[in-house]
Amino acid sequence: MLSNVRTLWMVFLKIFKKKVTIQYPEKKAYLPPRWRGRIILSRDPDHNERCVACYLCAAACPVDCISLQATEDENGRRYPEFFRINFSRCIFCGLCEDACPTYAIQLTPDFEMGEYNRQNLVYEKEDLLIDGMGKYHGYSFYQQAGVAVGVKPKGGGEKEDPPVDVRTLLP
Amino acid sequence: MNEILVQILIIVGVLLGTVTIAAGLIYVERKMLAVWQQRSGPNRVGPFGIFQVLADMVKIFFKEDWIPPFVDKKVFIIAPTIIMLSILMSFSIVPFAPGIVIADLNIGLLFFLAMSSLGAYTIVLAGWASNNKYSLLGGMRGAAQMISYEVFMGLSLMGVVIQVGSFNMTDIVNAQKGLWFVVPQFVGFVIFLIAGVAETHRLPFDLPEAESELIAGFHSEYSGMKFGMFFVGEYLGITLVSCMITILFFGGWLGPSFLPPIVWFLIKMFAFILFFVLLRAALARPRYDQLMSFGWKLLLPLALLNVLITGAVVLSNA
Repeated sequence: MLSNVRTLWMVFLKIFKKKVTIQYPEKKAYLPPRWRGRIILSRDPDHNERCVACYLCAAACPVDCISLQATEDENGRRYPEFFRINFSRCIFCGLCEDACPTYAIQLTPDFEMGEYNRQNLVYEKEDLLIDGMGKYHGYSFYQQAGVAVGVKPKGGGEKEDPPVDVRTLLP
Repeated sequence: MNEILVQILIIVGVLLGTVTIAAGLIYVERKMLAVWQQRSGPNRVGPFGIFQVLADMVKIFFKEDWIPPFVDKKVFIIAPTIIMLSILMSFSIVPFAPGIVIADLNIGLLFFLAMSSLGAYTIVLAGWASNNKYSLLGGMRGAAQMISYEVFMGLSLMGVVIQVGSFNMTDIVNAQKGLWFVVPQFVGFVIFLIAGVAETHRLPFDLPEAESELIAGFHSEYSGMKFGMFFVGEYLGITLVSCMITILFFGGWLGPSFLPPIVWFLIKMFAFILFFVLLRAALARPRYDQLMSFGWKLLLPLALLNVLITGAVVLSNA
């Protein structure tokens, strides 16, 4: 009985406390940079697509909401012919971001994706690609990779020595 | 002729006033609950959300008023009106200020007790007519709760009646000119407060409609304006019990003369209405057997003891 009275008093004192509500459409709550929201495709420092169409994201996706088709340009560089994410299926788990070997697919702190038409939730590559590098600056997969696909000559990458000419005996 | 006109004006005024207050309580309750839970509550419709009442009313008027095919139709329709009627009838004996009372009955308090007992019918009939297990359980609980709390609700008021020597509400208020009855009748006040909460089946004694266990209990089959009647009836009940507490224990319209009597009455009444909301914000619902044993094993003996001691003191002073 006494504890009930105490509860009443303590709840009454809440009148003088600050409200915790954030008036959402006018004021936005702070979302941490690693918040898992709308998925984007980033570009590398040379403004080329980072995605190499390895299908790892599509394989990792537990709800199969990612679909893409790989193709190559004239230099042999792989890129997705189309890249489609169905956000009406996406559960924003971030496994695609984990799986991506090139930092191409990233989740952003944005959740305001409401649509009146369900079909509009299917994002094509044009909708997904952004101009910047997202969360990982300065990373370019083909600068690290061994193959030369027009980004750099063979052996010209970062932390990479020129190839050894095996046809000469000179040390 | 003139007297009849004044009487009609008072009746219309009380009717409109109480129903308006009951409707306004929708907003007050939501807002105060929010304040006590550190939220902001309704704040979109109009300044500070005060037009939320209108929005709610419009919404509930335009809701489909569906009568399920399996219910006992006549009783189903009549049940929600009983609570409104019985509580509005009770308001006829409430003196809001000297002279502003519809019927100054010499058995006013008994009339109030009788009318509030009739409110039990609305729960029982609604629960029975809904033809639904949960509703029936809610109705049954409601009946048991109201009957058992009725007993010492009446008994807790007997202390006041013994001190005044009258069932007339105006006499009761006038007898408190020296000292409000909350001081000599503190036990009676506490018991009446608890019984009043149980009588209006408000939280924490909302077992007939316990949302988490009975899915709204006796009114789970109701929709539209019939549900609205239960709702307004509940708020009218809160207003009525607050009025009664004010009159019986806090000196009704009495107060320093810089404010008119009716304002004093309304201030005290609203303080108790807010207390009802605070109860809802703070306390958890007891188990059903706890409710019953609390009533019969603690409050009933206390009420009887209170009557006994008050009677003895009054007799020895006489």
